[in-house]
Amino acid sequence: MSALESANKIKAKFGALIAEPTEFRGEISLKIADAEQIFEVCNFAKRQLGFDYLVDISSVDNYGEDPRWTVVYHLRGIASGEELRLKTDVSEEKSELPSVLPVWRTANWHEREVYDMMGIRFSGHPDLRRILMWEGYPYHPLRKDFPLAGKPSDLPGVAFTQVTPMEGGPFVTLPSSSDSIAREPRVRVPENADPGISDKRLVDGKLK
Amino acid sequence: MATVQDIEIPDSAARAAAIEEAQDIQGERMVLNMGPSHPATHGVLRIVLELDGEVITKADPDVGYLHRGDEKIAENMTYTQFIPYTDRLDYLAPLANNVAYALAVEKLLGIHDKLPPRCQYIRVMVSELARISSHLLGLGAFAMDTGAVTVFLLTFTEREKIYNLAEAASGARLTTSYTRIGGLMRDVPPTWCDQVRQFLKEFAVALAEAHTLLTRNRIWVDRLRDLGHISKEMAIDYGLSGPNLRGSGVEWDLRKNQPYLCYQDLDFDIAVGSAGDCYDRYLVRMEEMKQSMRILEQCCNKIPGGAENKSKEPINVADGKITLPTKEKVLTSMEELIHQFMLVTEGVNCPPGEVYFGHENPKGELGFYINSKGGGTPYRLKIRAPSFINLSILGELMPGAMISDVPVILGSLDFVMGESDR
Repeated sequence: MSALESANKIKAKFGALIAEPTEFRGEISLKIADAEQIFEVCNFAKRQLGFDYLVDISSVDNYGEDPRWTVVYHLRGIASGEELRLKTDVSEEKSELPSVLPVWRTANWHEREVYDMMGIRFSGHPDLRRILMWEGYPYHPLRKDFPLAGKPSDLPGVAFTQVTPMEGGPFVTLPSSSDSIAREPRVRVPENADPGISDKRLVDGKLK
Repeated sequence: MATVQDIEIPDSAARAAAIEEAQDIQGERMVLNMGPSHPATHGVLRIVLELDGEVITKADPDVGYLHRGDEKIAENMTYTQFIPYTDRLDYLAPLANNVAYALAVEKLLGIHDKLPPRCQYIRVMVSELARISSHLLGLGAFAMDTGAVTVFLLTFTEREKIYNLAEAASGARLTTSYTRIGGLMRDVPPTWCDQVRQFLKEFAVALAEAHTLLTRNRIWVDRLRDLGHISKEMAIDYGLSGPNLRGSGVEWDLRKNQPYLCYQDLDFDIAVGSAGDCYDRYLVRMEEMKQSMRILEQCCNKIPGGAENKSKEPINVADGKITLPTKEKVLTSMEELIHQFMLVTEGVNCPPGEVYFGHENPKGELGFYINSKGGGTPYRLKIRAPSFINLSILGELMPGAMISDVPVILGSLDFVMGESDR
């Protein structure tokens, strides 16, 4: 059975919910109209069609379009070697779709990553925390409206608050949350140095 | 003068019962934070362990300390410009990452099965060298964490030779960036195949020595056997890949199941474990290194054009819209000048569409999902990092093990945080 046949079986089962399968570079993609049905489709694909291996879950931000999010699932049957891509759109207002964690346990970290990077929530996920960014980070950095250079947040840009041993010495930057141009290493004692940072050990830019 | 002293022998059964009772009363669990800076976590992995005495009752891995936003960066540069970033994913096998990424973009272009044969053979050779290199580091660090320091010295001596080979091919030891979209940065030097043969000769001795040091070593076997058991179903359910999947007895290797490059012309076997414990994963890696040697030997003999490429076999796709023209052509011909200008400023013009390509990397399946809206930059590039997915099983694998088993389980999974955190 080929991946196309499997795709047609899913279409036969769920009918109008599923768009015609498309093929590009030998890969079959299926679009599911209602994101709420993603769990049922995945469950059917695994239990009935043998797609027992979830390769990946990724998400695309179609910024400026409606619906804004596309969530992409890559399925594989280990025994048959078939591969299938499932896609579903989620609107920005909703930003939520059912978790497929009960189908494949590997979905746990994939869904946490999609939530962390794009801000799409997965209902029914037992532990939907950030995974790559830290807890409490206010943004979702893979969104298209998030700038490449990043945005300042309340948390400090550096982990240490004490004076570093070689601070002010050659090739050592000062701890600050300013950008790399402001922290230029050749500037030994910046004029606007925070008195809390440049400590008494520094006399005329040299270590005592 | 002898003195007689009465000693009391306590009833051991009663004492054991008392201890057990005391534990029941206390029932206290200790939370132990391991990492992100810990030698056994091979990078910046943090695990929050909950302990009952020495036994782990819960483990919560915490990743992301090395997150650099590679996927975001990829959306903001041309396809070719992203190649150096792939060096820094699994930095123990940069050559394999280069090949995986180039093949993914070539699949989008529709030329991944039309690559010149010499290019395919060189790519296979560097991938297999990367596999040996990565497994050697994994094995050395694994053995050292378990207490066998000698193996580490042995494997690092051999890795040094692979770095020399990478340097001869690409000019860099670690940050190789050896592939280009549609080909390679340059051909290998004429003596390279002989250098590879020489390396294989020496490596066979070292590998045999590593076997004698470990495979039947009583301490090694006792520490690895029946530990970190992953069943076949669990491995598939958790999406494990590479040696961790095969160690559990699943016969899945992308080089065999979805052959790419010239792998179907080469004769090699895939190693599969039976019990799925740490010892099986160790054995699978040892056997994979042996199979990589077989592949390299065949490639040395079969490489089109021979070692010196006297017949001037091409290494790049003959398409001026994909690969850069030679310098003399750029300086003398208008068309090539335009091609060079367009390729450098706007990147390789890819069609709209989406592809996923998975490559059998040393750590597992490194996949790239590229969503293109046309033009020289990807609209979205998702990296399926095998280390990230292999680590997600830790929460299931650790409970029940002793705290001294943690470095063994981590070493047997062989992950690298540069790839996991992207």
